[in-house]
Amino acid sequence: MRKHHFLRDLKANRTKWLMLVPSILFFLLMCYIPMTGIVLAFKQYNYQGGIFGSPWVGFDNFQFFFLSGKAWIVTRNTILYNLMFLLLNNGLQILCAIILFEMGGKWFKRITQTCMFLPYFISWVVVGTFIYNLFNYEFGVVNTLLEGMGKTPIDVYSSGVSWIFILAAVSAFKNLGYGTVMYLAAVTNIDTEQFEAADIDGATMWQRIRYITLPSIRPTMIILFLLSIGTIMKGDFQMFYQVVGDNPMVMETTDVIDTFVVRSLMQTQEFGMTSAVGLYQSVFSFILIMTVNTIVKKIEPDYALF
Amino acid sequence: MHSSRKGGEKMKKGKDRLTFNAFSIMMLLLFSSFCLLPFILILTGSFTSQESILRDGYRLIPKEISLEAYRILFESPKQLLQAYGVTILITAIGTFLGLFFTSMAAYVLASKNFRYRNQVSFFFYFTSIFGGGLVPWYIFIIKGLHLNNTIFAMIMPIMVNVTYMLIMKSYMLSIPESLFESAKIDGAGDFRIYLSVALPLSKTALATVGLFTALNYWNDWYNAMLFIDEGHKSLYPLQYFLHTLLTKADAMRNVAAMSGVPIANVPTEPMKLAMTVVATGPIILLYPFLQKYFVKGVTIGAVKG
Repeated sequence: MRKHHFLRDLKANRTKWLMLVPSILFFLLMCYIPMTGIVLAFKQYNYQGGIFGSPWVGFDNFQFFFLSGKAWIVTRNTILYNLMFLLLNNGLQILCAIILFEMGGKWFKRITQTCMFLPYFISWVVVGTFIYNLFNYEFGVVNTLLEGMGKTPIDVYSSGVSWIFILAAVSAFKNLGYGTVMYLAAVTNIDTEQFEAADIDGATMWQRIRYITLPSIRPTMIILFLLSIGTIMKGDFQMFYQVVGDNPMVMETTDVIDTFVVRSLMQTQEFGMTSAVGLYQSVFSFILIMTVNTIVKKIEPDYALF
Repeated sequence: MHSSRKGGEKMKKGKDRLTFNAFSIMMLLLFSSFCLLPFILILTGSFTSQESILRDGYRLIPKEISLEAYRILFESPKQLLQAYGVTILITAIGTFLGLFFTSMAAYVLASKNFRYRNQVSFFFYFTSIFGGGLVPWYIFIIKGLHLNNTIFAMIMPIMVNVTYMLIMKSYMLSIPESLFESAKIDGAGDFRIYLSVALPLSKTALATVGLFTALNYWNDWYNAMLFIDEGHKSLYPLQYFLHTLLTKADAMRNVAAMSGVPIANVPTEPMKLAMTVVATGPIILLYPFLQKYFVKGVTIGAVKG
């Protein structure tokens, strides 16, 4: 019966379905067909057999990954980095949004906002040049400055801990403008009558922010926070690769799941094991997103993803 | 009495404001210089002579100004122009097709009498919450679609984007239905209505999504890294070409060899930065004029989650 309905609709809405074809085809080719390759996680890949002809090996690929000691390091790094970015970036973005909303001075605001949004538009390769320019051991800006002050130069390329700070700064740098615009939209949506009433009551700036602005953007904050939790298992490959590069000296503190997968894929062509890592990441992310979405649905149904 | 009370408050509020404004100005100056400084360092560095960099290091204000890096870069610009050409081609084709496909799908998903719109929406949306991971996708593109070492390997992967489709859909939902209805009464079919009613009324959304898509293409190097071999250097897009210059010594040697300057005399350090300036320049110059569309895009995205 349903099938009959569907065929009838296909015929009646021929043009509409035709208009959907390119996009449907796109997602079939780029997402759904590759999805069937998940079986590779349970196989020992060889070139003659390809994805479907290679022999099954059960959970060997997963076992290899988890016993290698790498699983713990990359999972820990991915989650901790994302948590750090989440807290730091959102904090800075909310601060900037409130400042821009409350402050006068149209031109000053416009110019500073333009500067802060600028890094969003450049590629990660260019960010990589910035890092090279700043931290190169022999002639980087930072070491030039340190030497000028008579201090010993630092070699970040052999110091794992420095990258935690550098990555935090880079993430803040790249996302500040974008997030500020997003929170500014939320702040601008606040009913102005509330502020007028507060002014009449003689509220201080701090009281305005504490009792009107912050509570008003709380839903946005919570939603963005929860949604970020949903992607906490996904490392930003482009950022980590361009900023840190393939540096074995600092891998302990900078290797995330995504850099590990791409490196293993490009260097060892280890298809079975890398698929297993990818599947591990996808399944965990899926569970997290579903959980987070259920929570969002409970507190603010309008903002639920689906 | 009333007026004096108000005056007193104004003073209190004024002082409060003053502190806040001072703090705000400091913060904004701090943040904007943090965001702007790296750009200035690259720019001044690219105009510094190689000797000065090797001796004094990179610095904000160069000790010895030199145009040598740009001179060599533009003297034999074959590789640079090729990379520019690839990037422009990818950006143009990808953005056009991406916008066309996305807006068509958005139009159908926004039409209320399309019975399966929820199911189709879910079909699209599901891909952003679950995926098969990088490896099966990588193998399929190479062994199934044979896109490696072609320009399509850099066009296909980022052509259609679910988020942009939803932005476009929500924008089209805000077009008054009566406009579609009257076009229908005039005997127009769906594709006709899409072309002559929906698209002209969605210019803002098209500009916004188009600019985001174009930016993604312009800045892409990842797909080139995955799918373009060293044997096909002529297919390198701008950002990946820049990446190889920065990370592979032989890439820099190649550029030097083509310019005819003896390797020892090539100012490799300022050239890395000059190349960055040349690759980023167009975006930075265009950005102030296009900023409002990006702001709009972020705002729509934020409201719709």
